Amino acid sequence: MSAPPGLFAQELERLDVPGLSAAAVETSPAAVDGALARLAVGDGAARGPAGLADLATLLAPAAGSRLEEIAAAARAVTLRRFGRAVRLFAPLYVSNACLSSCAYCGFAKGLDVVRRTLTPAEVVDEAAILADRGFRHLLLVSGEHRLEVSPDYLVEVVGRLGPHFPAIAIETQTFSDDTYGRLVAAGLEGVVHYQETYDRSRYSEVHVAGWKRDFDRRLSSFERAAEAGVRRLGLGALLGLATDWRADVLALAAHADFLARRYWRTEVAVALPRLKPSASGFPPVVDVDDAAFVQALAALRLFAPDVGIVLSTREPAALRDGLVQIAVTTMSAGSSTEPGGYTTPGQAQEQFSISDERSPDQIAAMLRANGYEPVWKDAFPLVDA
Amino acid sequence: MTSGNAQAPPTSTSTPSSDLVAVHSPGDELVPGDLPLTDDDPLRIAGALFTSRLLLGTGKFADHRLMRAALIASRAQIVTVALRRVDLSRAGDGDVLDFVPPGVTLLPNTSGAATADEALRLARLGRAACGTGLVKLEVTPDPRTLAPDPIETLRGAELLVADGFTVLPYCSADPILARRLEEAGCATVMPLGSWIGSNRGLRTRDAIEAIVAAAGVPVVVDAGIGVPSDAAEAMEIGADAVLVNTAVAVAADPVTMARAFALATVAGRLGHLAGRGRSRGATDAAPSSPLTGFLAGLSGAGTTVGTAGRSAG
Repeated sequence: MSAPPGLFAQELERLDVPGLSAAAVETSPAAVDGALARLAVGDGAARGPAGLADLATLLAPAAGSRLEEIAAAARAVTLRRFGRAVRLFAPLYVSNACLSSCAYCGFAKGLDVVRRTLTPAEVVDEAAILADRGFRHLLLVSGEHRLEVSPDYLVEVVGRLGPHFPAIAIETQTFSDDTYGRLVAAGLEGVVHYQETYDRSRYSEVHVAGWKRDFDRRLSSFERAAEAGVRRLGLGALLGLATDWRADVLALAAHADFLARRYWRTEVAVALPRLKPSASGFPPVVDVDDAAFVQALAALRLFAPDVGIVLSTREPAALRDGLVQIAVTTMSAGSSTEPGGYTTPGQAQEQFSISDERSPDQIAAMLRANGYEPVWKDAFPLVDA
Repeated sequence: MTSGNAQAPPTSTSTPSSDLVAVHSPGDELVPGDLPLTDDDPLRIAGALFTSRLLLGTGKFADHRLMRAALIASRAQIVTVALRRVDLSRAGDGDVLDFVPPGVTLLPNTSGAATADEALRLARLGRAACGTGLVKLEVTPDPRTLAPDPIETLRGAELLVADGFTVLPYCSADPILARRLEEAGCATVMPLGSWIGSNRGLRTRDAIEAIVAAAGVPVVVDAGIGVPSDAAEAMEIGADAVLVNTAVAVAADPVTMARAFALATVAGRLGHLAGRGRSRGATDAAPSSPLTGFLAGLSGAGTTVGTAGRSAG
């Protein structure tokens, strides 16, 4: 049984993102001038269909020759809104058990990989290492296994980590019951669910089986999370899954904008991971090169000045260092994508291989050298310990 | 610890507190006395006296050393610190508090609180961490504008005052809200000039003038002050102090910008104290001698006529 379309699903139908993306391919230099002038103001007023059309223009190949200007405008907006500060967080993989079969994922059900679900005590041990490294913002990551990583399990883990980590987010399966509310009561601050692709037909091709196959259940999960009082929402599209990657960027931007307007108390952040080699052996159907990637993040910043942009260690060091000065506001550092990878590395399957292998201290030093403050703590406990 | 209105707010840990906290430690880049601080015109907040009327924030700086240098150059005696950024487990190991110059009064703020109850929770953490009952109340549920929630701010002020805090509330530029906050026992009111971090200047000038006219506590214009002339303007229209952060922190040269704000704040204050002449239209000439002065030469003129010549007031 599939979930009914949520509120954003209805808006997505109206927006005709593939149409906007297709129209932008024909973009003229004069149209780039206009779109850049409107979005460079950076006041967030250029939203809705007209703003999305401008974003489509800045994403288009014709705007590629204007990349330096787009980046400069994005940098100015990022500095004004976020200052010279970059928020640091660490992913903590609690489980790679999974009941969903997603063609591109190293945790997919049926893959013959070493599975492990940490006990709550083992999670605390992993977290202690991250705390020693300076982290106070944690992202708990798992595959989609509602029995091994159950609501009760997550409530217990969040409750035990709460006294040591003022900002805890989850990136797990989505929930349709009262789980988000229970987790908020336990001290959860953020929820991260990547839609992966906003193209329904492509989504059903790569999400072969399991709960995650339900496009609408996933798309509407943020609406349930925000209603339950989750303070921070993290959205993402996995570039390389769908041929028209620009359409996915547009839909992601529209989704972030929709959530920020409707749930005005929530902070919204976005990520544009590019598909990496994994145990799945899944090849990207499109190559988003580095210049196009930078163009996309800079254009996103101009469209959504207040939205956080997250860049993980899956991207190489030089690219991360450069993007901090243009659009990125949140980074992970020293990450392991394997459950138990901080205490007992090499005993379970990692989700994907990282590119930037610098330590948290090295990342902090890089930020300082570039004139940015590494922000290890930017939150406070929402519930009593 | 307790905090009462008659008690001087504690300062950062390196030096004992005193009523007039204008001293920076030897070895700092600038020495006191190199700015024309208005020594005979102190700012009084909750019983404590300050010669500087420029308050500084500590966010958005590239690094703590630069922040410290800017704080010193600003001559600010009150510095606000976001409690959500303070990490007690890292005290002495690079936490922001380690870089606040000695002798400066710490003003912990509740930035990040979305409700009055969260502000109370944060304020209590701050009281435990910083040993001060002084708190800048910020309740900003909308992460985009960071506009203060007037309802939760008033409720938060009532909760914090009842809990013994000395409360300095960041608030909307609304004359009635300002009066309500004063009635709730706040030590100041801190209306916004424009959206926080926007550098857009005194977009709320008319409302701030009304707040100044009615206030019985110091009015500190907080948020939106983008350039030194904005600070001077706020002081000229009668604000008791200004709080600046983004404009200094993201300037190309934060230390020089901090000094510029210090000078502008003093200039604006002196301009306010001096009493400005009435503003005229561009084509109106101002007569330098009384238009009715001739009356004194007419027969039978009384001695009271001379009072007609007050135009220079």
